[in-house]
Amino acid sequence: MADVTLTVDGKTITAPAGTLLLEACRKVGIEIPAFCYYPGLSLQAACRMCLVRIEKMPKLQTACTTQVTEGMIVATDTDEIHQARKAMLELVLANHPLDCPVCDAGGECELQDMTFKYGAGGSQFVEIKNHREEQQWSPVVFFDRPRCILCYRCVRVCNEGMDVAALGIQQRNSGSVIAPNDQTQLDCEQCGMCIDICPVGALTSDTYRYKTRPWEMTHVGTICTHCGDGCKTTLGVRRSDDGMQIVRGDNRDKSGLNGEFLCVKGRYAFDFANNEERLTQPLVRQPNGEFAPVTWEDAIKIVAQKFRVARDDRGGASIGVIGSTRNTNEEAYLLQKVARSAFGTNNIDHHRTTDYVALTRALAGKKHRMASIADAGSAPAIFVLGNDPTEQHPLLAWNLRTNVRHNSARIYLANHRDIKLQRQAKSSIQIPADGYAAFARFLGGEENSVFGEDAKALRDALRNEPSLLIVFGSELRGSAIDALAEFGLSLPDTKFACLGDYVNSRGAADMGLYPDLLPGYVPIEQEGGLRAEYGGRMSQQAGLDVAQMFEAAARNELAVLYVVGDDPAERLGVDADALRNTFVVVQDMFMTATAKLADVVLPTSNLYEKSGTVTNTFGDLQLVKKAADRAGVRSDLELIVRIADTMGEDVHALVPFGKGVRADMGQSRGVQSGEADRHGIWLAAHNLEPKLSPFDPNAVLDEIQRLVPGYNFDRMELLAGTSQHVDADGSGVMEISRFANRPDGAMPSADTLFTSGTLGHYSEKLNEVETFQAKKSMVAAD
Amino acid sequence: MPRLVSHPDEVKVVSRRFGRGATNIDRYIELDGYKAVRQAIEKGPEWIIAEMKASNLRGRGGAGFPTGMKWSFVPKQSEKPKYVLVNGDESEPGTCKDHLIFLHDPHAVIEGCIVAGLAVGAKTGFIYLRGEYRYLLTIMEKAIADAYAKGFLGKGIFGSNFDFEIISQTGAGAYEVGEESALMESLEGKRGIPRIRPPFPAVVGLYGGPTVINNAETIASVSHILNMGGEAYAKIGSNRNGGTRLFCISGHAERPGVYELPMGYNLKKMIYEVAGGVRGGRQLKAVVPGGSSTPVLLPSEIDIGMDFDQVGKAGSMLGSGGVVVLDETVCMVEFALRTIQFYQHESCGWCIPCREGTDWLKKTLTRFHAGGGEAKDIDHIQYLAENMLGRTFCPLGDAAAMPTIAFVKKFRQEFEDHLNGKPCPYAKQQELTLA
Ligand SMILES: Cc1cc2nc3c(=O)[nH]c(=O)nc-3n(C[C@H](O)[C@H](O)[C@H](O)COP(=O)(O)O)c2cc1C
Ligand code: SF4
Ligand code: SF4
Ligand code: SF4
Ligand code: SF4
Ligand code: FES
Repeated sequence: MADVTLTVDGKTITAPAGTLLLEACRKVGIEIPAFCYYPGLSLQAACRMCLVRIEKMPKLQTACTTQVTEGMIVATDTDEIHQARKAMLELVLANHPLDCPVCDAGGECELQDMTFKYGAGGSQFVEIKNHREEQQWSPVVFFDRPRCILCYRCVRVCNEGMDVAALGIQQRNSGSVIAPNDQTQLDCEQCGMCIDICPVGALTSDTYRYKTRPWEMTHVGTICTHCGDGCKTTLGVRRSDDGMQIVRGDNRDKSGLNGEFLCVKGRYAFDFANNEERLTQPLVRQPNGEFAPVTWEDAIKIVAQKFRVARDDRGGASIGVIGSTRNTNEEAYLLQKVARSAFGTNNIDHHRTTDYVALTRALAGKKHRMASIADAGSAPAIFVLGNDPTEQHPLLAWNLRTNVRHNSARIYLANHRDIKLQRQAKSSIQIPADGYAAFARFLGGEENSVFGEDAKALRDALRNEPSLLIVFGSELRGSAIDALAEFGLSLPDTKFACLGDYVNSRGAADMGLYPDLLPGYVPIEQEGGLRAEYGGRMSQQAGLDVAQMFEAAARNELAVLYVVGDDPAERLGVDADALRNTFVVVQDMFMTATAKLADVVLPTSNLYEKSGTVTNTFGDLQLVKKAADRAGVRSDLELIVRIADTMGEDVHALVPFGKGVRADMGQSRGVQSGEADRHGIWLAAHNLEPKLSPFDPNAVLDEIQRLVPGYNFDRMELLAGTSQHVDADGSGVMEISRFANRPDGAMPSADTLFTSGTLGHYSEKLNEVETFQAKKSMVAAD
Repeated sequence: MPRLVSHPDEVKVVSRRFGRGATNIDRYIELDGYKAVRQAIEKGPEWIIAEMKASNLRGRGGAGFPTGMKWSFVPKQSEKPKYVLVNGDESEPGTCKDHLIFLHDPHAVIEGCIVAGLAVGAKTGFIYLRGEYRYLLTIMEKAIADAYAKGFLGKGIFGSNFDFEIISQTGAGAYEVGEESALMESLEGKRGIPRIRPPFPAVVGLYGGPTVINNAETIASVSHILNMGGEAYAKIGSNRNGGTRLFCISGHAERPGVYELPMGYNLKKMIYEVAGGVRGGRQLKAVVPGGSSTPVLLPSEIDIGMDFDQVGKAGSMLGSGGVVVLDETVCMVEFALRTIQFYQHESCGWCIPCREGTDWLKKTLTRFHAGGGEAKDIDHIQYLAENMLGRTFCPLGDAAAMPTIAFVKKFRQEFEDHLNGKPCPYAKQQELTLA
């Protein structure tokens, strides 16, 4: 829209016509206080904090609802306005309990800040304040009515942002009260967005309430460890008896690709880190069959020796390695590098939840066809095939809803079940559960009587979209993805994204945790590049995938199985017998089903306790920063390096760290802390060598950036916290047709909003929420 | 049924069928009913609006907005259906006129509603009755059914090619839903809170469609205006204030009741002649001229014509036509408290200044009246009200603030008389009155 010029406090400002006066003022640094106005949510005009004087208007006007017009003359800094703000605060404070000293919001409360700034220092009121008892609405949400200033942000974020509408307003006058629409409890997604958006301490979370004061926490921005969307979360950590403990997760600074969004998992399911069952000592199985704790040195020595002997006596192919979908890129990369170049095996795999390989292959040679998750919030049209984003990709669902609300985006769905996103969809069709591949071909023009008029109409609508984002779930794999990509590429402007389940599912794939593919989806046989770097020990033969490794073990062909942060035994139902003749080493936080079968268990840190990078399922690379700490555990990166080192490998060849500087094996914890990262940023900015230790993930990242196709991103931007989209565009993939029929081996996790694989089992809060919501839906079904 | 009053000065327009059995549709037709609407169908919207403009009819709901002009704001073309909304939420203390219209002349509301529909191109009308008027719904619904039976409502009304439907609805007991946008929310089945304006109802109203909303008395006047001609109607009233108005005289008057008088009729005369003066020959202490939300007038201020402009000039408002007569026995602090109790109770709670302001005014006045006041409270009461005034989301906040400010300013002495732990000095006098 055309710009208009107006005057605010004597300053001439310009803004596009139709801009809200409050926003226009904020843009030029004129602050207008507001409680009920919240960017992106509907207007309320309820708190009256934003009143300004506009010439020719008889009354003060709310800047939050007034649109700027040409020649408007506005005053925001007069005695009249100061008095109006002060009086409004006096009134809102009149019934406010002023229990700031114990309130969760104390120190980060908008009411405190406003009172401080706009002054309502005294009160003339002497009567008793209205009171109501605090209520618990769900395992995570508490409500304290006296603190509520009725800004209705919670109601709106739940209605408009979440499309849940679990909250409403009851009663009237000063008896007005926010209340669950479902009687006394919340039947909802338990995302905690309402708590987060509350400007005061009226809504509080069970995990955080009355735990600490905000200023006693350190705030570290890192990435949620749960689903594949990769929300940035700011973890509030506090010193505890055995390290640094996470007490809160939010993203109030709205930085990161998720803005302020977090789902129930990102916000509350960090408590697995404090689970009592957490392993904190290396365990070695004794001749009597029991585990006994040993020192780190002993444990690593035992492991290194077993690995070396297996390799030297039975050959690299007798070693199997299974990586993780929740480790950093650096760990995944190093694990496969060590496996290939030090163990001499290509028996390396991970829990595949979707078929990234097929999409990469289908888009080989095409640039900028992989979407960023931000595109889901801005693309004019999105086609979601399979998956249930509300349950499995909450941020994606949030972006899609926001896109519909703000930009009237058109969403098309094809799914075999009813999914909540249908409420936002322009059109939505049901297809058979086993009909995804056929449907992909149908889109491409193959007629099929299974698909009726609605499917044809959908196909026509998609064909008419000038610009389309296609997002698909693990229902499509292999050649179905080829067919879908072919259809998409026949349209004028299409981007794609494929939905994998965990925080670094995509990273694990990109980093080459495959028996037949090197990092960047480069076939193992391909000459040059990584092959040349990894040295002569590397085998040219594709290795075994996860299932094959267990089969090999059962045939007594696997001397060693090294499982780093995965629980294949649980997933595949492996029994102890199969691993009878295999030396099993497991790096994990917990005594998982796989760990129970191990000979050595090495307790590790989780994503919140380490630094590095992860890549979300859309290919957005982000920085992970160490927030928490736990005595007795080591990062997987450190363990991989130490095992290789103890095996007698040249650590410098594995990790390009501090050239000429002596390896300081004792520094891992210090170097991994946020402190070291800050030094890293400064040193890198000055072109200095920051990597003093082989445990510094930045050293591994250097190599990733140098060698992995697609990972050519802006390092400074990444370090500064901006996500970098990596387009693993398959240009390194040469013999495309050769692995057209490779087994994809994908096994989707089927997680819901309230589960998160093995990790989820150890989050008490998540389990509590799941049980609570399960009861709710049972009641609803009655 | 309430007893009807009358006085020779009355000019019966809206009330001319009161007490004459006009709830019966045939009787209504006999008494010139459904004549205007036939003429309106014949002559079309431009003519209707021209007559309405000429009539100088100003909205009887309280704000006094010229009705003809309001109708002309409705866009001719609209993607969404247009609506006519009859505001029968009548809840302003001191106001009881719409009640009589529904009770005695429901067809006048129906007829006015159809005419309004014809004027703006709406095909649906809603008649919204206050929750406490549920018993009037039976009368209203019978009238609507009779009109349908005669073909006056429904498809092709009066044999024309116009369709018009009327739906009646009651509130759930909230004064605030008399406010036009809150009424629309309520009618749509939502919580009764006002909407942000602009857009105004004439552009975006009920269910997002252009909507004309008028008070029941405004609507009931329409057929009479068309029958007698806009100019003739205008002549009955005063300058820029056409026609008559139903004045509801209550309080300490000798003959309280609803009287239909020309706009601009002298207030003093209204009290002393039409309503027979102050009860028991006592002294007049104050007059609330237009419902409880209008600032109180002193006896010295009542020699004014009762129209929107003249009462406005006197520092108050004509409002909804509820004239409350207060004699010397009234404790003005208690009266202020009673007024604020009402607005506190009825505040919808949406915005801070009204929700909290009325709550604390009530708390403070309660203590103050009970003898627990301090001198600074008087200023604080005024301060609170002044800081609500003009800053609330809808005029209900002003409705609470304006009279409060007037009470403190005009009767400060009475407030001071309550200081120093003294029980209400006027209490005894009241007991005498009651005895
Ligand atoms: C708090 C509040 C209550 C109101 N209550 C009523 C009412 O009960 N009846 C009514 O006709 N108008 C009421 N109004 C005025 C309406 O908002 C609106 O102005 C009126 O219905 C328009 O009709 P008119 O132009 O015919 O007067 C109220 C306004 C406010 C602010
Ligand atoms: S937790 Fe989320 S879904 Fe539940 S009420 Fe709050 S905003 Fe709504
Ligand atoms: S609970 Fe918080 S967010 Fe909700 S209305 Fe009250 S103050 Fe606002
Ligand atoms: S949407 Fe995914 S990444 Fe974001 S908070 Fe939830 S689980 Fe974590
Ligand atoms: S002034 Fe505010 S609280 Fe009062 S009735 Fe209007 S919107 Fe509701
Ligand atoms: S911010 Fe404008 S009224 Fe609340």
